[in-house]
Amino acid sequence: MSVDITSRVLPGIGVCHELALHEGRHIGIVIRRTGQRDFVVYDEEGDGAAAGVTLTADEAIAVAEVLAAPRVVFPSPVEGLIVEQLPVPADSPFARRSLGDTHARTRTGASIVAVLRQGTALPSPTPEFVLHANDLVVTVGTRAAIDQVARILDGSAE
Amino acid sequence: MNAGHGATNVAVLLIELGAILFALGLLGRLARRVRIPVIPLYLLGGLAFGQGGVLELSASEEFVRIAADIGVILLLVMLGLEYSASELRASLRTQAPIGVLDGLLNAVPGVLIALIAGWGGVAAVALGGITWVSSSGVIAKMLGDSGRLANHETPTILGVLVIEDVAMALYLPLLTALLAGGGAGKVVLAVVIAVAAVGSVIVVATRFGRHVTQLVAAQDNESLLLGVLGLTLLVAGLAERLHVSAAVGAFLVGIAVSGSVAETAAEVLAPLRDVFAAVFFVAFGLSTNPHTLPAVLPLALLLAALTAGTKMVTGYLAARRAGVRRRGRWRAAVTLVPRGEFSVVVAALAVSAGAETKLGPTAACYVLITILLGAAAYRWPDHLQPEQTATP
Repeated sequence: MSVDITSRVLPGIGVCHELALHEGRHIGIVIRRTGQRDFVVYDEEGDGAAAGVTLTADEAIAVAEVLAAPRVVFPSPVEGLIVEQLPVPADSPFARRSLGDTHARTRTGASIVAVLRQGTALPSPTPEFVLHANDLVVTVGTRAAIDQVARILDGSAE
Repeated sequence: MNAGHGATNVAVLLIELGAILFALGLLGRLARRVRIPVIPLYLLGGLAFGQGGVLELSASEEFVRIAADIGVILLLVMLGLEYSASELRASLRTQAPIGVLDGLLNAVPGVLIALIAGWGGVAAVALGGITWVSSSGVIAKMLGDSGRLANHETPTILGVLVIEDVAMALYLPLLTALLAGGGAGKVVLAVVIAVAAVGSVIVVATRFGRHVTQLVAAQDNESLLLGVLGLTLLVAGLAERLHVSAAVGAFLVGIAVSGSVAETAAEVLAPLRDVFAAVFFVAFGLSTNPHTLPAVLPLALLLAALTAGTKMVTGYLAARRAGVRRRGRWRAAVTLVPRGEFSVVVAALAVSAGAETKLGPTAACYVLITILLGAAAYRWPDHLQPEQTATP
């Protein structure tokens, strides 16, 4: 999955990175020496910015974290608990095995409240429910518990 | 001078200085509100004070004069700090032909018009410098504020500015020597020293930048500020002694200091630069009698129209050479129009050395017109139709 990135030095200002996206448009990110970042989308002609925003260093880090997050995170109404959709990778040891085989609840304390399969929500799965590769498992629990479930699903848990 | 007189003098000095700085603060806010660069307003502020203006200064004149000299030095050392030696080398390598074209297209009209006006050779060289160099400060700020930093023409625009700044490091000593009235020998000597100094600093900064940097490197910002400021004034003074121009000495110090120290130095020097550079622009306005402006206005308009055109040709061709399409070429063309700090530096040098008296008011008008013209035209290329040949 290589992305085509061209970089240009802007004397006195910083560096500009231009990314060619698979859908054809280009985006540009300028890293100024001041720490500010400019994030632009190029116009159809390709030389100039059609739209853009300037981010502070903190905002840039926040955007980067959101973009780089591997999973969708929902805010939960209960303090300390979060809801996340965890993917079942194609090479997961639990693809084509039952939910009960994961022992996710006993091992981590997190609850699996639904499974999303090809856009359809299958609520309240029983322990006999069979997981498929590319399912999204909707999990409620603490941060640590959810991370542990994710490791179980991708097979990296001991 | 008795104690009582001294106290009044200090009081008047503080009141005048306070009034100037406070007025500049208001002008800065106004500039932001109406979205134009602040330099024209500083110049106008200076014209309003001072001889022939609405309010004449007395006690603070001497201080303002010295502060203006320091302002030039700070402007130049900051410029040097912003560029690393490797950026300079890269720009010189890739943009050299454009730099030559830029010099010919934009300096020659100034020289010719001064000669036609009968101002003499030295003033002609000065006017050539005034029309030559675009304003790095104004243009970098406009690019940063308008979201055009990521555009394909931007590296070209910045490259032209870098080349011009390096060219100035050779031009200023030449002008200084000419203004000092030395014979051909002295002029050649000054230029040779300048070429040697610029060349060796670029080499030294890329090879041994660490050692120069260690001279001023410090853990705390206060020591760093004092170290960099001290070294800059010291080298600027020595350069002035050698008739190479204090400004060039300061620029070279800025280039020689490199890496993270340069970044911190630029950070701590910036507020000082803002104060003293503002005073520099005001001082230039102060030294210009507003009553002399109407007489030179037609000449300044002619110069501005002519060299806005030649600068646009430079920008257009530079962007085309970099493979930028039509709209981007026009953006590069209009962005380079504003002249600013260097034109004022050159004019101030020439005026203080007693060259043609019309140079001062002409330069003031000229800088005002080109900045307003550039600001007005800045958004115009956005209305052009995009080129039809879509890229794959």
